[in-house]
Amino acid sequence: MINKKFQINPFKLTITSLVMVFALWSGQSQALDTSDGEPAVPVEVNESEVTESGGNAELGEALFKANCAACHKLYKNAVGPALFQVSEKYSREWLYKWIKNSSALIASGDAQAVAIYNEYDQKNMNAFPQLSNEDIDNILAYTDTSKPVATEIVGPEVAPAVADNSMTNNIVLGALALVLVVLIVVLVAVNSTLKRFAAANGIQTEFEEEDQPARTPIWKAFVRNQFLVLTTAIFLLLVSAYFVYGGLMSVGIDQGYAPVQPIHYSHRIHAGVSKIECKYCHSSARESKHSGIPSLNVCMNCHKSIAEVAESTYNEGLEEYGIDYNKEIQKLYKATGWSEEEQAFTGEEEPVRWVRIHNLPDLAYFNHAQHVTAGNIECQTCHGPVEEMEIMYQYSPLTMGWCINCHRESNVDLKGNGYYEEIHKELSEKRGGRQLTVADLGGLECGKCHY
Amino acid sequence: MATTKKYWKSTAQLDESNEIVKDLEKNEFAAPIPTEEFLGNEEALESSSTSRRDFLKYVGFSTAAASLAACEGPVINSVPYVNQPERIIPGMANYYATTIANGYDFASVVVRTREGRPIKIEGNRDIASRGNANARVHASVLDLYDNNRLKTPLVKTKEATWDELDAAVRKELNANAGKDIVLLTQTFASPSVAQLIQDFKAAYPNVRHVVYDTVGEDAALDAFEAKYFVRGLADYDFKDAECIVGVGADFVGDWQGGGFDTNYAQSRVPENGKMSHHVQFESNMTLSGANSDKRYPVTPTEQKHIIAALYSKIVGGAAPSNLSDKVAKAVEETAQKLRRAGSKGVLLCGIPDQDAQQLTLEINEKLGCTIIDTAAPIMTRQGSRKAVDQLINDMNKGTVGAVFVAGVDPVYSYDDSGAFAEAYKKVPLTVSFASRFDATAQISGYVATTPHYLESWGDVEMKKGQISLMQPTISPLFDTRQMQDSLLKWSGSDEIYRDYLKSFSKENGSNWNQSLQDGFYLANTSTEEQNNSEATAVDNSAALRNLSNAKAAGDFELVLYTKISMGDGTQANNPWLQELPDPITRTTWDNYMTISQKDADRLGIENFNVANGALDGTYAVVKMEGVERKIPALIQPGQAQGTIGIALGYGKTAAIQEEMQTGVNAYPFFKNGRTIQSVTVEAAGEVHEFACTQLQNTMMGRDIIRETDLSTYIAGDQHEFNPMPEVSLNHIETPVTSPDVDLWESFDRSVGHHFNMSIDLNSCTGCGACVIACHAENNVPVVGKSEVRRSRDMHWLRIDRYYSSTDSFEADEAKKDGFSGLFGENGSLGGFGELEIPADEPQVAFQPLMCQHCNHAPCETVCPVAASSHGRQGQNHMIYNRCVGTRYCANNCPYKVRRFNWFLYNGNDEFDYHMNNDLGRMVINPDVTVRSRGVMEKCSLCIQMTQMTILEAKKDGRMIKDGEFATACSNACYNGAITFGDINDKESEIYKKKSQDRAYHLLEEIGTEPNVVYQVKVRNI
Repeated sequence: MINKKFQINPFKLTITSLVMVFALWSGQSQALDTSDGEPAVPVEVNESEVTESGGNAELGEALFKANCAACHKLYKNAVGPALFQVSEKYSREWLYKWIKNSSALIASGDAQAVAIYNEYDQKNMNAFPQLSNEDIDNILAYTDTSKPVATEIVGPEVAPAVADNSMTNNIVLGALALVLVVLIVVLVAVNSTLKRFAAANGIQTEFEEEDQPARTPIWKAFVRNQFLVLTTAIFLLLVSAYFVYGGLMSVGIDQGYAPVQPIHYSHRIHAGVSKIECKYCHSSARESKHSGIPSLNVCMNCHKSIAEVAESTYNEGLEEYGIDYNKEIQKLYKATGWSEEEQAFTGEEEPVRWVRIHNLPDLAYFNHAQHVTAGNIECQTCHGPVEEMEIMYQYSPLTMGWCINCHRESNVDLKGNGYYEEIHKELSEKRGGRQLTVADLGGLECGKCHY
Repeated sequence: MATTKKYWKSTAQLDESNEIVKDLEKNEFAAPIPTEEFLGNEEALESSSTSRRDFLKYVGFSTAAASLAACEGPVINSVPYVNQPERIIPGMANYYATTIANGYDFASVVVRTREGRPIKIEGNRDIASRGNANARVHASVLDLYDNNRLKTPLVKTKEATWDELDAAVRKELNANAGKDIVLLTQTFASPSVAQLIQDFKAAYPNVRHVVYDTVGEDAALDAFEAKYFVRGLADYDFKDAECIVGVGADFVGDWQGGGFDTNYAQSRVPENGKMSHHVQFESNMTLSGANSDKRYPVTPTEQKHIIAALYSKIVGGAAPSNLSDKVAKAVEETAQKLRRAGSKGVLLCGIPDQDAQQLTLEINEKLGCTIIDTAAPIMTRQGSRKAVDQLINDMNKGTVGAVFVAGVDPVYSYDDSGAFAEAYKKVPLTVSFASRFDATAQISGYVATTPHYLESWGDVEMKKGQISLMQPTISPLFDTRQMQDSLLKWSGSDEIYRDYLKSFSKENGSNWNQSLQDGFYLANTSTEEQNNSEATAVDNSAALRNLSNAKAAGDFELVLYTKISMGDGTQANNPWLQELPDPITRTTWDNYMTISQKDADRLGIENFNVANGALDGTYAVVKMEGVERKIPALIQPGQAQGTIGIALGYGKTAAIQEEMQTGVNAYPFFKNGRTIQSVTVEAAGEVHEFACTQLQNTMMGRDIIRETDLSTYIAGDQHEFNPMPEVSLNHIETPVTSPDVDLWESFDRSVGHHFNMSIDLNSCTGCGACVIACHAENNVPVVGKSEVRRSRDMHWLRIDRYYSSTDSFEADEAKKDGFSGLFGENGSLGGFGELEIPADEPQVAFQPLMCQHCNHAPCETVCPVAASSHGRQGQNHMIYNRCVGTRYCANNCPYKVRRFNWFLYNGNDEFDYHMNNDLGRMVINPDVTVRSRGVMEKCSLCIQMTQMTILEAKKDGRMIKDGEFATACSNACYNGAITFGDINDKESEIYKKKSQDRAYHLLEEIGTEPNVVYQVKVRNI
């Protein structure tokens, strides 16, 4: 019986060692999570610094964002020129005049003003008579802030620690795994050596209890019991029928379909964070049967001036989704042929081949305008919480049963629509004054969707 | 009371012992599925290496493979615009007004485009005149997506660039500047092109413009020019006409460019007890004869005598009468009627003879006719055959240095095309402005490829003073350039034609943007030049003499005509038109020689039906000096004895898909541009297979056409002219529409819309525009000649043509009863022979027939899968994805309007029509499913259009006005025969029509309660 102790199962050993490694690893990632809670990249330094000219950069930033940011950026040309250190290029008095009413300045024949006017294709800058000299000072204070360089401003203790931490952890883990592997190899070797010794010494290592009478194996007993066989067979058939039916019924249903798109477009940012109304971009949903994938010129309405996302968003994209949002915006520029340097379209267009997510079969007619404009239905009713979707997916099954069900249950909002008024009056009289569903208006008739 | 008349579609039906007709009446599907062909052959089955087990294995494997393949959905890409044009909303149609002017058809139209693709043509209802689109105009959108169009310019038949072509043409133009430069073109009727040619003359002073109409109206033009000093044609407005007399003029069809049917049809509706009376003297059975109240089949020579006789009776002068008693009597009556109608009477003449045309103008003037408009003539035919003949002489003489051919194909359509081709080849510079590599383009040095009219700019003065504008509705599909742009370029101008047209139109009185939106503008009238009125006086007495003495030369008189489907042959490569049944003969994919039964019997020409109902006929050889053509003969009831008719526009082979190379080219008979020729005819024996639909879908002799005469109608007894069928309920006669005798429970349709369609048999001229409009709107496939022969045409809407003998059989019965003895005056031996042969002088009635959308539809109850169901709005829905193809519904339909997809017409090389190539598919309407094989289909009352109208109203939050609801056919019907609307709107036009005393339902007695209502045909006899 003692001999049995020599039997060490190498399989068990491997499992145990792997579990240990995993435990260590997850502890590590927990540590990472906690470090994430701290601000990884502080955005501002010297926040309330008052510059030499007396402007308050903090106040200036607010004013800049409210008035100037549509056309100007600090370190990059946009519609207007980059404004970093603009106060050093021109005299302050001249800047007051220019900002308050540039066209008047040009009209007055100021040489500097006319030169700028001509340089920028004779496009007028808006007048800002509401800004006081003090406000302008504040703005100029803000524009004089130098560009925060990531490596410089990052807290010297936090970020490298994160990097080092993960490095050391990996090394420790690797070493541990190596030790465990060596251990397994050693154990296996010992086991086989001992076995060889035992065999050489004539010690029996395998035991069979031969003295007991032969028992029928369980499977034979099972086969002999016809009732049991029958019940099991029926059970198995039913189970498989259930799964086969379920499988077949799901053919062609792509609920949850979330293909990779040529440009990583985040509905979460646009509809969720920025709260852009769905129909601002999908405008044809109001008019037409198609909701329409917006044409790229619609994107460029905003993205002409949004070439980069905010840094917090940028980091969030990298960390949560592994996406460099700025690169995605560059893809859009490439497709539309927008040149950032020249702030103009080059004419080299490359239409984007989006992967279509909602594929209704051709035999079914669906009209967005009917539901959106006539029916006053929220987009989210069918498309789900789009404002939370980083990657767009098909929320509803889009099966006929799903359509019909909604048509049966939805009450129609008939008020305030001149078309429905009369029909509503007559029909609800007939229906005893109850609310009308789509089905009452003929929404279940085959020919309304199939022709 | 005319409902006792016997109606027939084919003479075969008049033979009561005809077994084929009996069989056809019993069978819904003329051809059974040929299971016997492959299962009945024992030997073949035994020798086959595929055993039953193998077969099952294959079936099992392919089923499994198919299901596996179905598990993975395909990845579908969506590619939005980079810059979306402002006015395009994906999924919404845009409409543009433009104009077709292809030299044969001229009309102001409205084009529906989807995502920048034109998909449908409709008439422009805003324009006062010529806004009606016929079948060919409706089909012209398909010509745009024709794979056989030229895609680049050609230099010496090789593909080239425009720069190469321009350089070469300019070089040769300058080299041949001393000689004549001739523009041989269609009638453009375009003021800006006229101006442009003047400018071209400034650059090259030897320029000469020769206008050539493929099917010209030289005689009428010459007569009109002589009398009114304008090379144009009189316009007619029949709306107030009381008496219309046509002599050889198919003015309901394509006579003088057509377009008169709209207001003609208005005059044919009995209102306040009045409608026009129409007498027609003609040789071929035409649409005009078919719609007339009295039709006399006469030969062309007799027609000349008739004009002479009418002239002498109305205006004066002696004309020796050499007409038969019957015709002479008819002429006498007609002259009286014309005199009585006075200014509301009008005479129309289609004889290609200047004398006849001249006398006709005189007669109308004498009548003080207000129907004719000579002040603002029609300008769509200006060709001169003499000038073309002169050109051929000049080309042979070598005085012509360059010929530019535009819009015409003389090598195909000139009668002596060989002579033209020879002369043409002698010219140093030949340029063809063609959109396809036609016969003339093939022998031209250069082909300056032109775009389709839907890709072009232009203006057309169809009627003096009213100028329609042409604007592109799609960017050019191929590397093409308009003739106008080429001429501008070659005359050294940098201007493009669009700008030229814009400035020209603005000077001419157009408010450019508004005019483009309207599709037309009214020209400044001050520019009108006044011709001197001292032209040579016309000699009427000589003309009268010539006409009276006219004699037929040959053994037969040939009357050339154009079919409403094919016209002059410009659109020969259009499968919709090829498959459009001729309204009279109901034959598709062919032209043929029409001949009367008696002449056919005499010559030994036969027509007969084979077992599946298809029509076969023997060939005949038609001979004229130097021309001999073998052509199938079709026996035509109503054809004048001694005459034959052949349609022009067929037999085209250059740049035409093989399937569309149908019929025989009859242009060689078109000597001197005259439609009447003397020929000899012989039977040729061999049998030709027609694709004729006249025996198809017969209604088993039931009472479906209702006719009455005007006096009965005015008397107002509805029981007399439009009786309601009754059944006996407890021994009381009860109308079948009474709920007491109805088996069914009705739905409540009082709320919302309830669609009805009304078809007025009086206004329907049989023009076929609705059939093509239905094709275009509903993606109806083309099936080809052999399938049509098997009764498998897919037309959702067909126009049935019924014949009946003039005075029913009552006169015959009376005569038969009066026989006594074998010989003598009342002897039966001769008497039976005299009995009128029904096929000689038939009356014709047209009946458009589509799904009747029965409230108690027989098709719905028999469908095992409920693929056919009923909507509350009155439509009978057909759900294709549910249909499993049992065809029970078609069997149970009493109206025979359901069509079965025997094949996958959009994905089968056997049916290589527009649905089988990417270009042709661009015409498909994205709002209507393209049906697959094994599916039943039928008219949906254009539910996609009614649903769209409702949605637009919902979006705007307003009620729908009467007239907003429409179907493709009701939109296409300018004659007012088809009206569509909501009968729950008690103020609507359709409600009035439905409640009218002429309204009846087809087969009312079977209680199907159709939502399509017909109006009894009233004849003004």
